[in-house]
Amino acid sequence: MTENTEPRHSAATDPDPIPADQATAPELEPLEDDEAFVTSLDTAGGAMQPSAVPVSTQSGHLGAPEESESVLRKIFTGNGMVTILAVLLALILGGLLIALTDKVVGTTAGYLFARPSDFLTAVWSAATSSYVALFQGAVFNPHGTGVAGQFAPLMETLTIATPLITAGLGVALAFRAGLFNIGAQGQIIMAGILASWVGFALHLPVGLHLLLVLVAGVVGGAVWGGIVGVLKARTGAHEVIVTIMFNYIALYLLRYLLDTDLFQRPGESTPISPILDPSAVYPLLFGSQYRLHVGFLLAIAATVFVWWLLNRSTIGFEFRAVGANPKAALTAGINVPRATILVMTIAGGLAGLAGVAQVAGTEKVLTDGVAATYGFDAITVALLGRSSPWGTFAAGLLFGAFRAGAVQMQIQTGTPIDIVLVVQSLIVLFIAAPPLVRAIFGLNPRKKKTATAGASKQAATTGGAA
Amino acid sequence: MKNSLRATLKRGSMAGVATAGAAALLLTGCGAAPEASTATQTASNYKGCIVSDSGGFDDQSFNQSSYEGLKKTEKDLGIQTNQAESKTNNDFEPNLRAMVAAGCNLTITVGFLLGDATKAQATANPDKHFAIIDFGYDTPITNVKPIIYDTAQAAFLAGYLAAGTTKTGTVATFGGIKIPTVTIFMDGFADGVKYYNDQKGKDVKLLGWDKAKQDGSFTGDFEKQDKGKQFTQNFLDQGADIVMPVAGPVGKGAGAALKEAKAAGKDVKLIWVDSDGFLTAPDYKDIMLSSVMKLMGEAVETVVKQDKDGRFTNAPYVGTLANDGVQLAPFHDMDSQVPADLKSELDQIKKDIASGKLKVESAASPKS
Repeated sequence: MTENTEPRHSAATDPDPIPADQATAPELEPLEDDEAFVTSLDTAGGAMQPSAVPVSTQSGHLGAPEESESVLRKIFTGNGMVTILAVLLALILGGLLIALTDKVVGTTAGYLFARPSDFLTAVWSAATSSYVALFQGAVFNPHGTGVAGQFAPLMETLTIATPLITAGLGVALAFRAGLFNIGAQGQIIMAGILASWVGFALHLPVGLHLLLVLVAGVVGGAVWGGIVGVLKARTGAHEVIVTIMFNYIALYLLRYLLDTDLFQRPGESTPISPILDPSAVYPLLFGSQYRLHVGFLLAIAATVFVWWLLNRSTIGFEFRAVGANPKAALTAGINVPRATILVMTIAGGLAGLAGVAQVAGTEKVLTDGVAATYGFDAITVALLGRSSPWGTFAAGLLFGAFRAGAVQMQIQTGTPIDIVLVVQSLIVLFIAAPPLVRAIFGLNPRKKKTATAGASKQAATTGGAA
Repeated sequence: MKNSLRATLKRGSMAGVATAGAAALLLTGCGAAPEASTATQTASNYKGCIVSDSGGFDDQSFNQSSYEGLKKTEKDLGIQTNQAESKTNNDFEPNLRAMVAAGCNLTITVGFLLGDATKAQATANPDKHFAIIDFGYDTPITNVKPIIYDTAQAAFLAGYLAAGTTKTGTVATFGGIKIPTVTIFMDGFADGVKYYNDQKGKDVKLLGWDKAKQDGSFTGDFEKQDKGKQFTQNFLDQGADIVMPVAGPVGKGAGAALKEAKAAGKDVKLIWVDSDGFLTAPDYKDIMLSSVMKLMGEAVETVVKQDKDGRFTNAPYVGTLANDGVQLAPFHDMDSQVPADLKSELDQIKKDIASGKLKVESAASPKS
């Protein structure tokens, strides 16, 4: 009996911490400094030793000479630098691969020892001409006709980046809430089905039609993502397996639908939908010479929205708290199931935006390849962007540039598109393994620390973080 | 054949080539350097280009045949060529735009999925010529030449051949995706079997396709070979001994299942499609009865040559038995297993179809 009363007693004392948290929550929310908050959450999760001094103020306590050294080190060992080095490393390895698969390099290798200069020139020209073509296809083509033609590659990059960014944001947002959303592919497909149907089956006035297409697509994606959230929150089903299965369901549903008269062109039996009405497609931003459409502006808006949501809103605060430690978040009075459902719904809606960009932006029809590989690329984009909204935006642009440049790489130099994809995969590989890149370039902070032997407080914290 | 081998090597196994390249570098790096001045070959300014669908140029199917046809014109006609492989449907329009920008006189696009993108670029660039494989437009476009095939004619011969060679009295077919260019094979095959039954008073059964209902077995895509294997095993369990997969690379799955059955002592045979499988899928040549060929390479060559000579028209090129655009491949190693009577009957049927005496009809046949 006494044992039973003890928990009750502790339960009676439980209300104590909750008001304490409620008291601290208003204190934290107005805090503009995001970094300080994240660190305090991280320490609460027990990831590292709690520090009495907030990290943001720590640097201020350090001496001047140490500070300049640590700033340099911060730059060279920071995430940004590692990303740049990872891209560099991948480009070098990719260049070698391109050279190895090049025909001229192959023939000159045959008489390598007789005239090595031929071989080296061939290697150099194979690698550089491919990358020049990549650049010309992705950013700026000096041989283009007029200024419009010269900037056409950049416009193409932005066009291809549009669905990557929005779908990537969906994945990134879920990541921040601790959910591995592998379901962007299925969400894009569901959005594509609904949006395209509204686009070609209904005939509505200009403006209203596109709006309805947009709403249908976003709702389609949101529902498809939301169901996953509900299953996760109510039944505890793991979101990875659920989203993967939902991808299959969406794909085969799409294939089934494309086999029905409802989604086929009248009088034809090929699995391709009618073309969307002109009133249902995104207006082009800079005329018909480019494919860039209004969807790109929506992608920017979506990035701003996700940034605001994560960093400025109460819901976003809850998402991040759940992502950092769901149990702690629950204890702190956050409705974790509600946050799970909500984050998956919003993530699905963002992926849905990518689906709309496909059917109403570039493709204008529904085929079983409507989602291409964007749903899976989105995962890479989100990881590459370190799950931050603007990071995802930048990663989406980078991937868009690669895809756009791949066309010129193929046509100008005959580099197989597979090689381009290999280079992309290498970049992601290196970024996913920062210690590897640090080790290759000798930037491992732990080693430096022992080498300088100056075990300052700053070095200790960076070492712990790495 | 050299061409196709090189293409597969180049695209198929990058890692292999890389290793081979490194090895070659070490082993054969001691060759003599060639003369510094090599005579520059005067290439024609004419540029022929090709854009694949998502199958890629190594699909051992229509992308590959068309690509090889174009590559052959590079040598034979001394023209320049350019190729762009599409990884996804999203690549179609950028690839086509890039081809137009690269100054291609004629751009060949492969497959119905490129229909809209080809139409858009052709309309926007009326001075450029295009040709599209396996797709025809309801309303012809002045600068697009459709290259289409009445495949049912050759598939009819394959059906008759299968019905005449089966030991179990059951043959089977399955498709990748239910699209006209696939079902036309199955329609012709079904009619061939039926014609054999009518002529001989036999009852050879066909699994996997019901022509009247236009419904049958489909793996769902042109990629998953394990599904092709699974389908074929099911057909074997139901007593079939000859299988015709109409599913591009998925056909290899069927080949694998049949090879296993053959190793287990069953007398089974495979009928390949699109190209002569004895040559293009040599792994399965010991079970390869014949192939239903669509000679796309030859059609591409013809169209490119016509365009180069300024004789481009937008009238569809329709491959038939009469113009050898579709054919039943030679029996190769299986020659001894096909009775002489059957061979002469097939010859007669071929003549009858070519002359129009025997009509082979399919809902998917090109309308002309």
